[in-house]
Amino acid sequence: MNNDLLFDFNVDKTAKMVYITREFNAPQSLVWDAFTKAELLDQWVAPAPMRAKTKYMNFEVGGRRFYAMISPDGQERWSVQEFTSITPKTNFKMYNAFADKDENRELPGSEWDYNFSEQNGITKVNITIFNESLERLEKISEGFKIGFTMSLKNLEELLATLSEKQ
Amino acid sequence: MKQDIFQAIADPTRRAILTLLTIQALTPNVMAEKFDMSRQAVSKHIKVLHECDLIKPEQSGREIYYHFNAKKLQELDNWIAQLRRNWETQFNQLDHLLTTIKEQTTK
Repeated sequence: MNNDLLFDFNVDKTAKMVYITREFNAPQSLVWDAFTKAELLDQWVAPAPMRAKTKYMNFEVGGRRFYAMISPDGQERWSVQEFTSITPKTNFKMYNAFADKDENRELPGSEWDYNFSEQNGITKVNITIFNESLERLEKISEGFKIGFTMSLKNLEELLATLSEKQ
Repeated sequence: MKQDIFQAIADPTRRAILTLLTIQALTPNVMAEKFDMSRQAVSKHIKVLHECDLIKPEQSGREIYYHFNAKKLQELDNWIAQLRRNWETQFNQLDHLLTTIKEQTTK
């Protein structure tokens, strides 16, 4: 990771908002593509060893992206993103909800707002996520195999085991 | 349905109750006194906080004292840290992809 690139992550516990800012060493047009084209999204959006698979994506206002996060053991977690606003290359908004494999959505979901800007060849992306409920985030956590109930003690034991192995 | 912890701490009175409890365990009556609130109003807040495990009741004689559960708040912090790491991983992967694409287009 390039340590000069900005990465800010804030959770506003009282307003249920998550704010993310990240800089990328690439032109705005390319970064925009990486966030709005399925074939590119699927390559980076799932933290390894998870995989992402887009079933279909219509990137237009009112259009949807229907995709799954797949865990190493083959379990699929589907989501639907509905695009509510698009200003090419600079902004898009979408409503994100979990769904089953038949595209039936589990509401409520959350609202995501993406902003792109470039300066001196560095593109800055600002993401605001609104109304991310704890239940939703717990589900995401489950998907990434981190249980909300993982106690400090378990974590300490795990860390101790890992240091011993090294 | 389990109480949403964000909802629980979104209320300023509940945050104040939690802060008070970090200093000392209290009974509902004392809490009502300190906030100049009816016992009823306090009980509603206590219920919300208790349902998401931020406070725990303990019987002491005939009274019930509520204790602040620091471990729960710590879990929330840990889990937020994990969420941040997930995003970090994704963005590192994107860095890598962008570099690859740029290299390909300059060939």
